[in-house]
Amino acid sequence: MNYTNTIKIATNALKRNKFRAVLTMLGIIIGVGSVIGMLSIGEGSKKSIREQISGMGSNMIFVMPGSQQRGGVMMGNSSAKSLTLNDIERLEKESQYLSAISPQVSSSGQVVAGNKNWPTSMTGANDKFLEIRKYELKDGRMFTENEINSLAKVCIVGKTVSDTIFGKGADPVGQTIRFSNIPFKIIGILKEKGQNSMGQDQDNMILAPYTTVQRRLLAITHIQTIVASAVSEEKSEQAIAEIKTILRKQHKLKEGDDDDFTVRSQAELIQTLSSVSDMLTMLLGAIAGISLLVGGIGIMNIMFVSVTERTREIGLRMAVGGRGMDILVQFLIEAVMLSVLGGIIGILLGFLISYVAANLLSFPFVVMTQAIALSFLVCSAIGIFFGWYPARKAANLNPIDAIRYE
Amino acid sequence: MNKTIIKVEQLRKDYYIGEVTVHALKRVDMEIREGDFVAIMGASGSGKSTMLNILGCLDKPTSGDYLLDGVNMGTLTKNQLAALRNNKLGFIFQSYNLLPRTTALENVELPLFYSTGIKPRERRERAMEALKKVGLAERFHHMPNQLSGGQQQRVAIARSLVNNPVVILADEATGNLDTRTSFEIMELLQELNSQGKTIVFVTHEPDIARFMTRNIIFRDGRIVKETEVTDRFDARELIKNLPVQDED
Ligand SMILES: Nc1ncnc2c1ncn2[C@@H]1O[C@H](COP(=O)(O)OP(=O)(O)OP(=O)(O)O)[C@@H](O)[C@H]1O
Ligand SMILES: [Mg+2]
Repeated sequence: MNYTNTIKIATNALKRNKFRAVLTMLGIIIGVGSVIGMLSIGEGSKKSIREQISGMGSNMIFVMPGSQQRGGVMMGNSSAKSLTLNDIERLEKESQYLSAISPQVSSSGQVVAGNKNWPTSMTGANDKFLEIRKYELKDGRMFTENEINSLAKVCIVGKTVSDTIFGKGADPVGQTIRFSNIPFKIIGILKEKGQNSMGQDQDNMILAPYTTVQRRLLAITHIQTIVASAVSEEKSEQAIAEIKTILRKQHKLKEGDDDDFTVRSQAELIQTLSSVSDMLTMLLGAIAGISLLVGGIGIMNIMFVSVTERTREIGLRMAVGGRGMDILVQFLIEAVMLSVLGGIIGILLGFLISYVAANLLSFPFVVMTQAIALSFLVCSAIGIFFGWYPARKAANLNPIDAIRYE
Repeated sequence: MNKTIIKVEQLRKDYYIGEVTVHALKRVDMEIREGDFVAIMGASGSGKSTMLNILGCLDKPTSGDYLLDGVNMGTLTKNQLAALRNNKLGFIFQSYNLLPRTTALENVELPLFYSTGIKPRERRERAMEALKKVGLAERFHHMPNQLSGGQQQRVAIARSLVNNPVVILADEATGNLDTRTSFEIMELLQELNSQGKTIVFVTHEPDIARFMTRNIIFRDGRIVKETEVTDRFDARELIKNLPVQDED
């Protein structure tokens, strides 16, 4: 067989039927494009949630007072006073899976300087806090152990606070602000961190020694939360178990007693949110699957609608000397050209969808090779099959029957 | 006398439509010699097209034998038949059967795509030549739907000639043409015939049949009469004598 001839025949046939060719390709383009687009949006959002959560802190674990779950009902327990500085000391001494521990107490109030004021909260912690919560100093310094011990009235401000009180981009280090009527000297400023996954502004905060916040602002001796870092993400679960054991011992709880504290980890949060975004991915995948189906049915319809005309064409080609093989190869080449061209355009479309979505929703642009391969294969298989099948049927007819086909 | 090129023995063709069987050809015996220019005539539905389709290897008889140049067509494979249709037979369909949305030139080129060893340039040149022969030199790039019925018929004729066949089979090839153009086609066919080509030409116009050497008349699936044409028309002479008003 002369392949250049057959390729020429096939390209001529496609040129003659541009509209049909475009419609067939459209089916493939929609199928491939939507699968790639949807799946990469799903994957991108999952990645972005992960990134945001891990940006909140490094393998963070929180311990909150009170058992938050009783009989399956969540109970508010901010007033519980079961956590103390002794717990922290004990954890620091005994734990193996924690790399950093800090108490956390916070008080909300109005920050005032000059004629400006702004509602914010002051968080009290120790010098490990920055490491645990992945904050960084932009300027100035962290408070010292000495300052913690002496209940020093020093603080480090977040960008939002600094911007509103001192103006955008100003350097507040060395200035004094008043928080709940107590003057604090600013010794540092935090680097911008942006919003967290819950949409809270992580820069609207003031950091001070926990002793200062505990005693001078809140006048309490217990602590509200313990924050800690597990040595690694994989060790998170062991770390939680270890904290529970140590604290139960420290709180002298008997077997069978409920915990009087609650431990939560960032890893758990990631899991919960990932499972939500997994569902999203599945939903998008289902939409993509439906598009693929619709595209496939589109291809099928175009092929079947044109079967009468094409059967006549096949009859004529056989009448003037085309062999069954010549005709099958012609139709295969046509189908492959359409599928490949449509597939490539579909892939580009999928990239475009993912790229635009990634920019609009500000999450990473992910290229999913499996999605590309899968959708491309499915669509070309459909395209090639439905291009080839009617041709095979027609090529088995007597030429005159094919010509007379209705 | 020339050698036999087409021999048909006890040929039958039945069509089954549900319960009903149509006997389109009933045990037909027929012989056509090389260089014959045969008219097949008969009423509508008498089996002319059915016969011609079988002679063109486009259809298979229900029973009986068809020998082309001594070879029994019943013994050939599909591919052998395709090759035969490609380089020995030229077929003109009653309903033209041109590829839609395809220029006249490309339609005529079609058979050559399936012949071996023809370069694109030669293909094009031969197609142009064939179209010129049927008087369509000005219509190379017209699509079928931009041509009149008669012009489409002539494209179909050009297509049947382009592969230089040994046998030309025409089904009502002048059915849609005016007198002058059909005479011109007859002139062309007579010329090809004088060069030794065998032509089988289905028609129901007695005037057209007189351009041929022999007339075979079908009725109801059988041959009822065969005659040699004694006072044969010469197309070239007739064209000369046509009234002038037909000129433009
Ligand atoms: N594909 C078919 N299926 C069923 N019957 C058919 C088929 N083709 C032809 N026939 C029948 O066979 C008979 C002969 O038909 P054929 O087409 O050979 O006639 P014809 O002599 O060419 O007529 P016309 O001059 O009108 O073209 C007719 O009765 C027709 O109804
Ligand atoms: Mg007929």
